[in-house]
Amino acid sequence: MSDLNQRVQSRLETPAEARNEHGHHLGGPADAVEHIEGRKFNIDTVEHAAATPDTPLPWAELGLKEDEYNRVVEILGRRPTAAELAMYSVMWSEHCSYKSSKVHLRQFGDKVTEEMKKDMLVGIGENAGVTNLGDGWAVTFKVESHNHPSFVEPYQGAATGIGGIVRDIISMGARPVAVMDPLRFGAVDHPDTARLVHGIVAGIGGYGNSLGLPNIGGEVVFDSVYQGNPLVNALAVGVMRHEDIRLANASGAGNKVVLFGARTGGDGIGGASVLASESFDDSKPAKRPAVQVGDPFAEKVLIECCLELFKASVVEGIQDLGAAGISCATSELASNGDGGMHIELTSVLLRDPTLTPGEILMSESQERMMAVVTPQNVEAFEAILAKWNVEYSWLGEVTGTGRLIIDWNGETIVDVDPRTVAHEGPVYERPYHRPEWLDGVQADAFAGSAADASRPASGEELKAAVLELMASPNMCAKDWITNQYDRYVRGNTALAMPDDAGVIRVDETTGMGVALSTDCNGRYAYLDPYTGAQLALAESYRNVATAGAVPMAVTDCLNFGSPEDPEVMWQFAEAVRGLSDACMTLGVPVTGGNVSLYNQTGGVAIHPTPVVGVLGKFDDVARRTPSGWREDGQAIYLMGTTRDELDGSEWANLRGHLGGKPPVLDLAAEKLLGELLINASRDGMIDAAHDLSEGGLAAALSEMALRFGVGARIGLGELCERDGVDLFTALFSESQARAVVAVARSEEVRFKDMCTARGFAHLRIGVVDTQNEALDFQGQFSLPLAELKEAHEGTLPKYFA
Amino acid sequence: MSETPLIGDFSPAPDAGLSGARIGVITFPGTLDDADAARAVRLAGGTAVSLWHGDHDLQGVDAVILPGGFSYGDYLRAGAISRFAPVMEQVVDGAKGGLPVLGICNGFQVLTEAHLLPGSMIKNNHLHFVCRDQKLRVENNSTAWTAEYAAGSEIVVPLKNQDGQYVADEKTLDELEGEGRVVFRYVDVNPNGSRRDIAGITNAAGNVVGLMPHPEHAVEAGYGPDSSAFGPVGVRGGTDGLGMFTSVLKKIVGAN
Repeated sequence: MSDLNQRVQSRLETPAEARNEHGHHLGGPADAVEHIEGRKFNIDTVEHAAATPDTPLPWAELGLKEDEYNRVVEILGRRPTAAELAMYSVMWSEHCSYKSSKVHLRQFGDKVTEEMKKDMLVGIGENAGVTNLGDGWAVTFKVESHNHPSFVEPYQGAATGIGGIVRDIISMGARPVAVMDPLRFGAVDHPDTARLVHGIVAGIGGYGNSLGLPNIGGEVVFDSVYQGNPLVNALAVGVMRHEDIRLANASGAGNKVVLFGARTGGDGIGGASVLASESFDDSKPAKRPAVQVGDPFAEKVLIECCLELFKASVVEGIQDLGAAGISCATSELASNGDGGMHIELTSVLLRDPTLTPGEILMSESQERMMAVVTPQNVEAFEAILAKWNVEYSWLGEVTGTGRLIIDWNGETIVDVDPRTVAHEGPVYERPYHRPEWLDGVQADAFAGSAADASRPASGEELKAAVLELMASPNMCAKDWITNQYDRYVRGNTALAMPDDAGVIRVDETTGMGVALSTDCNGRYAYLDPYTGAQLALAESYRNVATAGAVPMAVTDCLNFGSPEDPEVMWQFAEAVRGLSDACMTLGVPVTGGNVSLYNQTGGVAIHPTPVVGVLGKFDDVARRTPSGWREDGQAIYLMGTTRDELDGSEWANLRGHLGGKPPVLDLAAEKLLGELLINASRDGMIDAAHDLSEGGLAAALSEMALRFGVGARIGLGELCERDGVDLFTALFSESQARAVVAVARSEEVRFKDMCTARGFAHLRIGVVDTQNEALDFQGQFSLPLAELKEAHEGTLPKYFA
Repeated sequence: MSETPLIGDFSPAPDAGLSGARIGVITFPGTLDDADAARAVRLAGGTAVSLWHGDHDLQGVDAVILPGGFSYGDYLRAGAISRFAPVMEQVVDGAKGGLPVLGICNGFQVLTEAHLLPGSMIKNNHLHFVCRDQKLRVENNSTAWTAEYAAGSEIVVPLKNQDGQYVADEKTLDELEGEGRVVFRYVDVNPNGSRRDIAGITNAAGNVVGLMPHPEHAVEAGYGPDSSAFGPVGVRGGTDGLGMFTSVLKKIVGAN
């Protein structure tokens, strides 16, 4: 146990036998000492709290600010008990209460049209949003962060990140069907990066693979700004029939409250309040004990058990236990329902019998669920849990009192209005202002800078540049990582990495399914957070459309530095404003997400990293478009216009430059491009498509050729002339709203007519060539695929294998 | 949908005469690929029957599949606890009486722990979980599960595991080789350090087969590997694993 936890525990509830030695306890009268399984605690009851108003409490150690503590006292009309203090402190933490971000996040709910609400069955606020897929099917998905725990304890931090998001999906009544993991690490060659890469990748695989969930995509980015704050985001998607949708509420006085799954242990105590809501600092003790430990087998059994419970309709409301454990589950279930709940805390099954009431309330032990069951269904519930050999204990019942009352051996230790814990926490209007340094950064364009001094121009130089780009840590093949994940299990994976989006079949008879992508370019967001967040959405939207799916819904994981820094807070406010504006323009609603603040170490914040996940729908996933060409003689078209946009690009990054402004955003063009790609896929005009993003056309063509190991002859002269750019810019610019497609010869006229009719720029830039195993940029240079493949695939094994 | 899929291929229609054959698929609490194994049986034309680890009952099935997964979490040696599951009593008895039994991945591990097959699986030599499209050679086409393949033919099926390194003492390995009981061998790449590139083996009678790769993930065009050893296929169009399921179905129907 860390010094911090030791201190908190000893000050909250000193074991009675230790009392005289240490002397710093809550000063309970002798009759408040309870015997629990041979151990004694000073139980700080509500009655005792009322009688001892002046007892000092360790609210600061638990992460509460003085005014927050005073508000708790005001709400209760007395000092909180030790258990109440534990509950308020975790539930009012940044991680659980969104106190700094709430005022901004409202825009996701406000900037929504009726059209956008059409398919939204459950919106923001529940464990995850639910979107209608038609034919009685619904889909739920969400991305969450587990950044801080993964830095402290990479394997368990990443593993329980998957576990937590999967339980959110189960809580909605859905069967989880796939996961994705957007990851960001520090510099690839930093000595600490290998520790994190190995631990985090093994943790995601170890947990996700054992759950039987295909991992269908994600991101891997290396940048020194993430050195002390790696980002481990996890996305899960689940599907259900409409009638199976479940919500987290406790309704119906007299209904029983049950806790089931793994036993409650001492792991993860203070995870939300201590880890996720503070910046790291060398002066503080190590925080490993605040990270939870996962058991994927327990979670797999819990998934199947819950699905059987849903099928048998024996639970009224259900909530997973994640951050803030029982504190969160009881207060959220109660406040979302009729408002009252009465439970006996000694009924909780424990892994460690020495846990104090406060610790039991705060524990973030994994693989636990809380449900509300009518008395008539108790027997059926117990039979299903017995079948799956899952432990459970009945804790109490729903009441109509409007109070959440928690007893310890019959004595009341918590008596609160659950809404004040779960929903009426502090809300901050944190001050923010545009950083003064931003003007200087934006004025420092790449073109003409010292970093741009030796821009490749000759064929040989350009060839070397493409190889350098494709071997760079951010652009290289991620197989070394993704081959550690199971992409086959469940047999419904129609596309996975390295294609643009992961595609999962939902209905085996009709072929209906979904596509998912997550994206964000933190460098763009650093240069301009408003546009950067919109560009993240644009890329994710484009990826889903490139695969052939119709974008329907958005989830986001907003990773930022400290909200107490007004410049970081400005980045956050701008990103939320930008993302919500862009969602409105593209007509795709945010259905859920997560905010991760305090991603900074030693005063240095990460780049603003608003990771955006987009979900799209296929009527039949058989029509999905892969990202590589295969058929000899097919025409290769570039859709969209190329501008001189190298600021924030991968090329500039390779030259150590970050300045200027991100590429121009044109959401109307993105929407039109998406429609064209979806139509082309539906009507069978294209056999391959790949969006242009990081690394521009050079990266897109390389990846398309390497996907199936098939070469092409490319000519960019006409493109350079049409768009007024040089060959280098044509290859490396990161202009948005572009894609490369391969068109069957028989479809070429139809494809061109479609683009022309909609007024969208398109240009034939080459032809697929199965004979010549190379990307041949005619008249400039030829890149043998073997050489390109070796450069592309060698990087990660070189550093990590 | 009546239109032809533009990307991906149709899977061949199964032989209607095989639907009378019932193949049991056992679910342990941590089994993951049970739905996939059942789908493979259906796509091959048979009838899949769900069996529960806690029942002493095979429901009169004609053959049994132990699918992949982490049966009881596999925190101990993979498969070490599952061999004591109630249903295994009937599986062991059935196997000794000639019932066709297939163990895939974790199922293979369970079969070795239950001593229906020799040897054992340890952690991959590179210590990582590995998921890849793996080429195999069919070394023995006389088992209940491989008769549809030509001897020496190659197939591509997914491989995905953490503990896939097949080990046995030299004497056992020599016996397996000498008796022609190596059913599948890794080709091109040995993905886990298995002795003598062994991917799958059979018992002396040829009714019990275990292998680490997953044939049930190469049975449906559009959801399998990107390649096939039998020629070009569409995106994720490989169905080379289907032959294992049609093999046993034809044997059952022929035997009835």
